[in-house]
Amino acid sequence: MTPLLQVRNVSKRYGSRIGCAEVNFDLYPGEVMGIVGESGSGKSTLLNCLAGKLTPDGGQVVFDTHIDGPVDTLTMSEPQRRMLGRTDWAFVHQNARDGLRMGVSAGGNIGERLMAVGERHYGRIRGRAADWLDRVEIDQSRIDDRPVAFSGGMQQRLQIARNLVTGPRLAFMDEPTGGLDVSVQARLLDLLRGLVREMGLSALIVTHDLAVVRLLADRLMVMKDGHVVEAGLTDQVLDDPQHAYTQLLVSSVLQV
Amino acid sequence: MNAATQPRHSPRESRDEAYNFAYLDEQTKRMIRRGLLKAVAIPGYQVPFGGREMPLPYGWGTGGMQLTAAILGAEDVLKVIDQGADDTTNAVSIRRFFARTAGVATTERTPEATIIQTRHRIPETPLRKDQILVYQVPIPEPLRFLEPREIETRKMHSLQEYGLMHVKLYEDISRHGAIATSYAYPVKVAERYVMDPSPIPKFDNPKLESEAIQLFGAGREQRIYAVPPHTRVVSLDFEDHPFEPTKAEHDCDLCGAADSYLDEVIMDDAGGRMFVCSDADYCRDRREAGQSGAKAGALS
Repeated sequence: MTPLLQVRNVSKRYGSRIGCAEVNFDLYPGEVMGIVGESGSGKSTLLNCLAGKLTPDGGQVVFDTHIDGPVDTLTMSEPQRRMLGRTDWAFVHQNARDGLRMGVSAGGNIGERLMAVGERHYGRIRGRAADWLDRVEIDQSRIDDRPVAFSGGMQQRLQIARNLVTGPRLAFMDEPTGGLDVSVQARLLDLLRGLVREMGLSALIVTHDLAVVRLLADRLMVMKDGHVVEAGLTDQVLDDPQHAYTQLLVSSVLQV
Repeated sequence: MNAATQPRHSPRESRDEAYNFAYLDEQTKRMIRRGLLKAVAIPGYQVPFGGREMPLPYGWGTGGMQLTAAILGAEDVLKVIDQGADDTTNAVSIRRFFARTAGVATTERTPEATIIQTRHRIPETPLRKDQILVYQVPIPEPLRFLEPREIETRKMHSLQEYGLMHVKLYEDISRHGAIATSYAYPVKVAERYVMDPSPIPKFDNPKLESEAIQLFGAGREQRIYAVPPHTRVVSLDFEDHPFEPTKAEHDCDLCGAADSYLDEVIMDDAGGRMFVCSDADYCRDRREAGQSGAKAGALS
């Protein structure tokens, strides 16, 4: 099977500081990879490099496109990369406000990607938007409300709907549950797990919450100071941590 | 003042020699002409130019005036329109400005003019290929209210990422049941650039496909763009909510025209009102040709 995403030696430096260094991994279709580590360990830098939001200093990010097969996204032209960003990729920000248009109604937010790829039928756009509101458990009667009138959890679910409406194959998620209370987190995780399974979506989830990766991720990478210090199956890494930092991380989780 | 007694055409007068011809210096006019050539070559593309200070405030037509100054010749006949009328402050002062600094003949009659500077309207009388229409533009960027970053909007234009424009129309329909944008209605020019046609009513959008050259000047934002003659100009819409040029459901009360854009005029405090052609010259032509509307006697 061809990996959906092949990452080779991706590095990003901020002057003399290291953002992330020499990161290598493969992500297969339908697989969910978690990236954990403390603040400043380079998780978000890595994610942004892979999603084309930052330009890495070196390396390759090969994505298996629908039409042309595996292509290095770092060397493809900008229009192509932005097109990927609207069709095959999804990016879920930690703060829903970064990923939503706050002045535009929920329906418009979900419809934006459809219109960006050429949908020009209002009725169909609205139908898809209503359908997606349903799938992320937002009442359809809220379709004309602006996201400012939504709670934090609803905003996050709306952001997910807005990203998944074009049926992407790879989702980048930067702390999707950050800043939400635990019961809302649980519902969001439930929803995400359902969507990932149902759509056969691959996902890269950056988080510092080990419970999130335990639930969602098939595999896990642990980052520290820009380097990947440990990688493997989620249960294996969490139950039998090898690296000293991973051991610290696992033992730091509060038991209720 | 009775409109009928005013001269509608002023012959050439001697210009004020204290100013260079048409106020701007020759280097500036050359710079603007280069911008204009580029704008005509790439229909709908916003060409930056080094806009000059004009002796009136931004928002009063400084962009249009600079273009007019750059293309004006001594033999030209200038007409200036403000919201369809020739006799409002903006129109009168710009017309006098060029009569004084360039000594050109001015007119209120659309067919007689070679250059028409306009604000918010396209004349009802179809334009000819030997005429140039110059628009005053307040905000040239159609995507501005949706995307405030200039770097981002330029990128969206260069990559033809215009989905956002439809988000605006989507919002209109979801909120009002129809596309409520009634002026500055976005268009796609020559199947490439999305353009703000300046705040003309959407009734005028079909007239953007014209035999005349159409030039757009934004003074504060320092942008020039153009629609060359016979260029395809398509108003954006949805398949199930097609573009409709709208006007008041009425005929002109003075000249009886059913096909022209109307202004609603409040007559008294008792709800009295009348609809009159926004294009004052078109209305007067029709009345002089013997047409009359329902309240033709009301204003005499």
